[in-house]
Amino acid sequence: MRKLGKLTSVVLSAVMAVSMLAGCGNQAKSGTFKIGAIGPFTGDAAIYGLAVKNGADIAIKEINEAGGINGYKIEYNSQDDELDNEKSVNAYNALKDWGMQILVGSTTSGCSIAVSAESSADNMFQLTPSGSAKDCIATPNAFQVCFNDPNQGIASAQYIGGNKLASKVAVIYNSSDPYSNGIYEKFAKEAENQPFEIVSAEAFTSDSKSDFSVQLQKAKENGAELVFLPIYYAEASLILTQSASAGYGFKFFGCDGLDGILGVDNFDKSLAEGVMLLTPFAADATDEKTQSFVKKYQEAYGEIPNQFAADAYDAIYIIKAAIEAANATPDMSVSDLCEAMKVQMGKISVDGLTGLSMTWDADGAVNKAPKAMEIKNGEYALIQN
Amino acid sequence: MAFLSYLINGISLGAVYAIIALGYTMVYGIAKMLNFAHGDVIMIGSYVVFCVVSMLNLPVWLGILLSVLVCTALGVTIEAIAYRPLRQATSSLTVLITAIGVSYFLQNVALLIFGANTKAFTSVVPIDAVKIGESLTITGESIVTIIACIIIMIVLTLFVNKTKAGRAMLAVSEDKGAAQLMGINVNKTISLTFAIGSALAAIAGVLLCSAYPSLTPYTGSMPGIKAFVAAVFGGIGSIPGAFIGGIILGIIENLSKAYISSQLSDAIVFCVLIIVLVVKPTGLLGKKLQEKV
Repeated sequence: MRKLGKLTSVVLSAVMAVSMLAGCGNQAKSGTFKIGAIGPFTGDAAIYGLAVKNGADIAIKEINEAGGINGYKIEYNSQDDELDNEKSVNAYNALKDWGMQILVGSTTSGCSIAVSAESSADNMFQLTPSGSAKDCIATPNAFQVCFNDPNQGIASAQYIGGNKLASKVAVIYNSSDPYSNGIYEKFAKEAENQPFEIVSAEAFTSDSKSDFSVQLQKAKENGAELVFLPIYYAEASLILTQSASAGYGFKFFGCDGLDGILGVDNFDKSLAEGVMLLTPFAADATDEKTQSFVKKYQEAYGEIPNQFAADAYDAIYIIKAAIEAANATPDMSVSDLCEAMKVQMGKISVDGLTGLSMTWDADGAVNKAPKAMEIKNGEYALIQN
Repeated sequence: MAFLSYLINGISLGAVYAIIALGYTMVYGIAKMLNFAHGDVIMIGSYVVFCVVSMLNLPVWLGILLSVLVCTALGVTIEAIAYRPLRQATSSLTVLITAIGVSYFLQNVALLIFGANTKAFTSVVPIDAVKIGESLTITGESIVTIIACIIIMIVLTLFVNKTKAGRAMLAVSEDKGAAQLMGINVNKTISLTFAIGSALAAIAGVLLCSAYPSLTPYTGSMPGIKAFVAAVFGGIGSIPGAFIGGIILGIIENLSKAYISSQLSDAIVFCVLIIVLVVKPTGLLGKKLQEKV
């Protein structure tokens, strides 16, 4: 028995030694770019975080198969932040320990702002695919792939006014969320120049986001024809259901936060019929690039990608373009890499899924044209103008 | 007309709070503990109905029945495993912390099984909205919730005052030791309290998710806290207090949303609670207990 014990310990130590060696063998050399992604993979906004994670993954696989960036492969790691600012910073620190050089994230505005406070101290290049608040790019190291909220608010007001969708508009927004607030403020301002009137603007907070009967009733009392929803899809699905149950018959209009509403489990899709949203990506667009992406995404994850997946996919190609333009190498320090890429961000123009010839201004905000979509027969359909 | 409509929606919201608050108040009255996992039992009950009705396409009554059974079993199990061993604990803080632990445990189990994505709950109420005049619309869910709340109140009051088991509950809540001396099985009575409270939680869950049809692992926590406030408001330990507290809370919440500010409604609700507690520390219908030294 004792002999057997000895034998086991010898075998075990041998196994350990081998595995340690194997660990050494896997240790990355200076020859790869390490890109990290942060987003909510669980929790209220999981649809966004998972889309970002998967979209970036597809782009990275494509680039690695095609030989990498300037001949260097990409290593990829992603961390969950559960839509919590503090956890997002923890995720950032975990990725930094892993050796991250470039950050794609965070997915949502609040988390992105929290992380940019840390990343600017490290001067790490940060590109948020979908954090759309203006403050996401307040630090010089941070850039956006998506529109920022002010632009979404202005574009929505112009679209509603320009296409004469309604003359009386109600707004329901989340006053505890920077994304929703940001869009609402600019929307209200731009509405003054448009041929419609905001008849009621009612807020809710993240702590009371289940009962919308009062907000909807106020909209009805004030004679609104259209309700503008600059909010996320989970609450929007409730608003649609409650509006239908009270028989109000509003037209609804939203921004990119509504993208994902058809993916809510067991949601009665007929309620969303006719809902319009401004978003830069349409999965049913016929260009070759979109179709190839949608096909790959469906094969890998079994669902049609939303705008967030496309944003993240573009984010990786934007990083690639900036690195190539800067002729950067992985052995540069995080800060040097960021400085080199920052200079190029003002010069490059990238054709992506979410817009052709995207360019960036000095603040880090993107310029591209929005697309309007309408939900028809349970699918997002591009509105042709 | 508009005021009436806000009022009715408020009463309907308050009725849900009242049903949840009954669970808090009964358990507090008898076991002298705050069962913070109560809100999460609601969530589990809603998931049961969701699975049975929306995923398996079985009839609604079966879903509600199963949900009540599962929640009852869950409530009794939680009491037996988590709270009973701590009944002799010197500090009531121990049980409170355990209850918070159970609450997180239930949320994370739901997160593990059902995932974090919002599920749209299909309303189990087959009644269409009733339109009275031009601007007054009452949804079927409101009607059913208010009626259900009234029935539950009446049945519960009768049960506590007229049946043997109900009077045993009253006795235990008055004096545990004396009740035991009189031949009442205290453990059984407490189990029964948890069973009733959890069954009510299942019904509250169905009504809550029918009126506000989105289901996540955190669905129960905020209504749970509000219902706890309602129970304290009405006087914790008092059954009619929970009812009145719930209804008043719902009305205040909805009217302040409509006429003061839709963002500040929660702040106003909690301010009213503070004022009530300053003026009447035992709540509206709470009994003043002589502290025995």
